[in-house]
Amino acid sequence: MPVRMLYFAWVREAVGTGEESVAPPAGVRTIADLLDWLVARSPGHAAAFADRAKLRAAIDQRFVPLDTPLGDAAEVAIFPPVTGG
Amino acid sequence: MIRVLVCEAPIDVAAELETVEVEGAGGVASFVGRVRGDDGVTALTLEHYPGMTQAALESLAQEAASRWELLAARVVHRVGRMVPGDRIVLVATAAAHRQAALEACAFLIDRLKTGAPFWKKEERAGEAHWVEARASDDAAAQRWQAP
Repeated sequence: MPVRMLYFAWVREAVGTGEESVAPPAGVRTIADLLDWLVARSPGHAAAFADRAKLRAAIDQRFVPLDTPLGDAAEVAIFPPVTGG
Repeated sequence: MIRVLVCEAPIDVAAELETVEVEGAGGVASFVGRVRGDDGVTALTLEHYPGMTQAALESLAQEAASRWELLAARVVHRVGRMVPGDRIVLVATAAAHRQAALEACAFLIDRLKTGAPFWKKEERAGEAHWVEARASDDAAAQRWQAP
């Protein structure tokens, strides 16, 4: 099932796009697995996802830890820690 | 009663405060966050996650309303490019008495800083860089966790 990926802030700049549709294989179970799989797409992906401690995520617009199973996720967002307000 | 807004337009403080001056509200508290021009910052751009921001802010405001007896709450967060002195965010709360309004207002701005999908990019000396999250903001948000 395709997953809509969204990237924000420097993650978006490193990856080179703010949005893409991907179809991860069956072995991809969690967000961390998804990142491991996505790094092969481009040097930008590899750079963006190199330091997991600097990344946060949301599944279907809810903040979740990176070890969260994807389940039936339609939308996965990857971004740095938030800095609003 | 609870209204949140994400917008690109400047924030009109007087107009926003009027929205929470509802009947019975003897106490209105507010916080306004503005762009600082220190360390040579010439501009600040706020990026957000459009599909999620509104819901995240509404969820925080609902939590405030469940913890304090609020009569009204208003959160307005600006996005896009701003310059020093511009208002980034306004939080206003109204209650029968001051304590609930003041505490709920502090809760909302503390939690907003770590619980809503916004990212700041600073420009200084012609170069732009992303602002890093601060541990002190996490600590400020955590002090509101239920014991």
